[in-house]
Amino acid sequence: MDFQVVVLAGGTSKNLLPLVSKEVPKALLPVANRPVLSYVLEQLELSNLKDLIVVVEGEDAAIHVGGWISNAYVDRLHVEVATVHEEVGTAGALRAIAHHLTANDILVVSGDLVFDVPPGALAAAHRKHNAVVTTMLCPAPISGPTESGSSGGKDKIKKPRRYNIIGLDPSKQFLLHIATGAEVEKDIRIQKSILRAVGQMEIRADLMDAHMYAFKRSVLQEVLDEKDEFQSLKDDVLPYLVRSQLKSEVLFNGVPQTEENGNEKVSSQNNQAVVSRIMANASTPSFHELSSGYNGSTHVRRIHKCCAYIASESRYCQRLNSIQAFSDINRDVIGDASHLSGYSFSAHNNIIHPSAQLGTRTTVGPHCMLWEGSQMGDKCSVKRSVIGRHCRIGSNVKVVNSVVMNHVTIGDGCSIHGSVICSNAQLQERAVLKDCQVGAGFVVTAGSEHKGESLARK
Amino acid sequence: MDARRATTTIPRVRHVGFFTPNAPPAQPSRTHSFPLDSSSPPLSNSPVNNSLSPVMIPPSRHLSDNLVHRATSPLPVPEPSAFRRPIHSHHVAVVGSYNPTESLLGSSPPLASPSSRVIGDGEFSEESSAGWFRRSNSAKFASSFSGAFDLTSVKSSETGGFHLVKKPVVAQPKEEKSGAAAVVEPQINKGLSSSSSTKPLKEKTTKAERRALQEAQRAAKAAAKDMTVSVGVSTSKPVKHQPAQKKDAPPPASSIAVSDRKGVERSMEKERRKDIPAPRMQFDDKSRVEKAKKRAVVNQSEARNRVELFRHLPQYEHGTQLPDLEAKFFQLDPMHPAVYKVGLQYLAGDISGGNARCIAMLQAFQEVIKDYSTPPEKSLTRDLTAKISSFVSFFTECRPLSMSMGNTIRFLKSRIAKLPLTFSESEAKASLCADIDRFINEKIVLADNVIIQHAVTKIMDGDVLLTYGSSCVVEMILLYAHELGKQFRVVIVDSRPKLKGQALLRRLVGKGLSCTYTHINAVSYIMHEVTRVFLGSSSVLSNGTVYSRVGTACVAMVAHAFHVPVLICCEAYKFHERVLLDSICSNELGDPDALSKVPGRMDINYLDDLTNKDNMQLLNLMYDATPSEYVSMIITDYGMIPPTSVPVIVREYGREYLWI
Repeated sequence: MDFQVVVLAGGTSKNLLPLVSKEVPKALLPVANRPVLSYVLEQLELSNLKDLIVVVEGEDAAIHVGGWISNAYVDRLHVEVATVHEEVGTAGALRAIAHHLTANDILVVSGDLVFDVPPGALAAAHRKHNAVVTTMLCPAPISGPTESGSSGGKDKIKKPRRYNIIGLDPSKQFLLHIATGAEVEKDIRIQKSILRAVGQMEIRADLMDAHMYAFKRSVLQEVLDEKDEFQSLKDDVLPYLVRSQLKSEVLFNGVPQTEENGNEKVSSQNNQAVVSRIMANASTPSFHELSSGYNGSTHVRRIHKCCAYIASESRYCQRLNSIQAFSDINRDVIGDASHLSGYSFSAHNNIIHPSAQLGTRTTVGPHCMLWEGSQMGDKCSVKRSVIGRHCRIGSNVKVVNSVVMNHVTIGDGCSIHGSVICSNAQLQERAVLKDCQVGAGFVVTAGSEHKGESLARK
Repeated sequence: MDARRATTTIPRVRHVGFFTPNAPPAQPSRTHSFPLDSSSPPLSNSPVNNSLSPVMIPPSRHLSDNLVHRATSPLPVPEPSAFRRPIHSHHVAVVGSYNPTESLLGSSPPLASPSSRVIGDGEFSEESSAGWFRRSNSAKFASSFSGAFDLTSVKSSETGGFHLVKKPVVAQPKEEKSGAAAVVEPQINKGLSSSSSTKPLKEKTTKAERRALQEAQRAAKAAAKDMTVSVGVSTSKPVKHQPAQKKDAPPPASSIAVSDRKGVERSMEKERRKDIPAPRMQFDDKSRVEKAKKRAVVNQSEARNRVELFRHLPQYEHGTQLPDLEAKFFQLDPMHPAVYKVGLQYLAGDISGGNARCIAMLQAFQEVIKDYSTPPEKSLTRDLTAKISSFVSFFTECRPLSMSMGNTIRFLKSRIAKLPLTFSESEAKASLCADIDRFINEKIVLADNVIIQHAVTKIMDGDVLLTYGSSCVVEMILLYAHELGKQFRVVIVDSRPKLKGQALLRRLVGKGLSCTYTHINAVSYIMHEVTRVFLGSSSVLSNGTVYSRVGTACVAMVAHAFHVPVLICCEAYKFHERVLLDSICSNELGDPDALSKVPGRMDINYLDDLTNKDNMQLLNLMYDATPSEYVSMIITDYGMIPPTSVPVIVREYGREYLWI
């Protein structure tokens, strides 16, 4: 279908700091014991997209990611792993690999996206409107545990975070305004020209830019070339394109005009004009055409279309770009969105690997995962948590709403709430952790209590 | 098939065309040179008789000219050279005696005064109008047409096959067959008998009845094709009741030697088989629907509450198709992106309107052809045809094709089939692309230009023109007339749920025309002040029926009742040889939810919770058929013709593009 797919796998994100490390770049963070990147790749594979470019920031990360991909997808996908410098941003990453891009349209997917929205839907919307950019919007995740169970009243305090402020036209197909990043907190400034052209704008704060875009390649490359200062697709390129859609500065539609004026015969040009007018009149006009056509002026206003595809509520779509999101996604993948994980759940709605050993009177609740070779002592209780490979967990341990990665040792009597414990960490006896992150290889001393801390080796 | 045909033992022979009762024997000498001329019914009979509209009545001084004209060259058929006559010039393509400049132009100013001015006074009545028509009949037809048009006095042998509706003639004297100018038409008998027998049952609308109707249509369609029979065939084997004779092929060269008749026959049979249209899918046939579903690209879940009478038409849950197709974007490998995009636009309703859909499809095919490369060990002709067919079926799944698109596809396929074998792949591709371009230019753009030039002559200062919905050619006519500085007013009649007229209104008002906008419920009120009705059309069928956006028939009938001339503007490529008697057999069902929902008005969606009730059915018909008696004139690229002349165009020019 003439689409090229670029997966931006990132490097070691600062947002996720104690969790990611040189060995475990963001793309390889385990979500239900699978690297997060695998969710993207498999979703793409489902859509029959098998030629991918994976862009990784940093040499080390690239080696790790590349190694993992070639192991896991050796005969299924054709993946090129491209390395770019760190801190170049998403726009910079695309700029760096621009010479690899040849197809008409580029599908850019963030590597940290966990979703089940068919990418085809986005591409179809893009093609249908012949848009310059189409972005996928999904309902903004409500962070924090949503179950009103043991987590108590804590989640009621949390307000749903605002990710983006998005303006849509009444048909909900075109993107009229987008505020990202820091702009979200500021006053909303909407362009008069766009508002006048559309007449009516719907402003939504409950949608999130999912960082899955379809770009027209020519436009994307031109924007990247001309605007050197653009760092991020989300914060720079997309808002720029949306802003300038009625007074397009990109030249893509200017080129054919000059050709027409010079070479072609007047008669055939007339015919073409008639044909295009028939087409324009027959098709449902978007506000772009209306605004330019209504003036009746002879000069063609240069416009481009920015479309939005809004994923339906029933679809799952979240980005793993914060620690909170990490635990949320882990919880969802083994809970509400369990179809994503690809595992088959037991009758108790959990997964316990056959090689895992449980002590007496140990309970593993629903929405839990206990993976290969892990051992648990007596009288333990696990609720809505993921426990990785070869963990050794003593007796009388409570693990609730937490993620425990591989090779973690947890001593007797520990209590872990809403925390993330990275690989090879060690929790000595009676450690109490609440909303903490424990970095790889960190040792939590016996009897210590931590709340909302980030514990990592210095 | 054969067994059934055998029952109609006596094939009908008919004389067709314009002729006076004494005239026919004069024909044979011409027959050999252009068979088509002599064996054709250019005007169907009955509708004209009782409803000739004021537009068609030439003023008396022209009358004699016309009659002479008709008497000398009785058939509205151009000279053979005209088959390939270029259509650029504006006054070209005068079909027969309907010389627009002569008869129609001259007639229009007076036309308004006798009848429609009376309307203004509210004085019209059935009585008076009938009387008026009678007068017109006697004035115009008494001398030249009495034979052809007087149903009671005419001999059955002289009535055309197009008595289909009014006067089925089942048996014919056998000796009539020997006439050289005769065409063997056993088919029509079948059509006639079935249609006539089913007519009275109409109220019941059983499945069987619909079947029968369709059967009749199909037969009639085949009969329409019969018109094109070549004399080479019909004279050499005058009347044998062989199945081979019954439906016939596109005319091969008329100089076929009798000696190699066998071979010809076989090839003709093949051709014929190709020519017989596949029976249209009946969507009340469970097993077939299942089969079709398996092949389908678009996931189609059928709508549940369908109106009984329209079960045979496809109707799907509209909400489910689009997301599903979108989701499969990358899975559909063999689908060309351009085709996919157009299909998506059809499905989403982004492109509508016959011309636009046709152009979009052709442009998509152009892309396909440009990107096409013949796979090894396959021939371009066959492989590309198969590819195009698969794309066409994809389009059909997205939205049923319009008849004009069917014609267009036939054109394209014939172009592919006729590619010279010596052409290299790139040459073939270039030639096909050029063909498509030429089709768009000649059949649509230039045709529209010609139509505009013709139609503008019908717009006078002070006119009030009514149009319905949004037809692109009507819009162009109005704009052009405005450019010429004519002073007129436009009434745009619109209807829910599409409200296409609003876009038209917006464009016209933007260009400075003075417009009135109203909905179809008020059409009878606004019709008082209207002097002309201009309507677009999706297709014009060979019995003169105008197949167009739903509501057109209503507007035309109201206009007829008010003695306002109804002018249909339609490019000739939209003409179709099919015969349609009602709008039930062949129609399209739109999204039923569009009826129950008013966008942006949540407060009046009273039907919201009712849509899933079993005892409620929503019917959103897309098209209707306007009987030809309500149409005063059809403005087409071959001139302004009465609806009864449509078969002539179909017959004479319908295969034009196949011959190029």
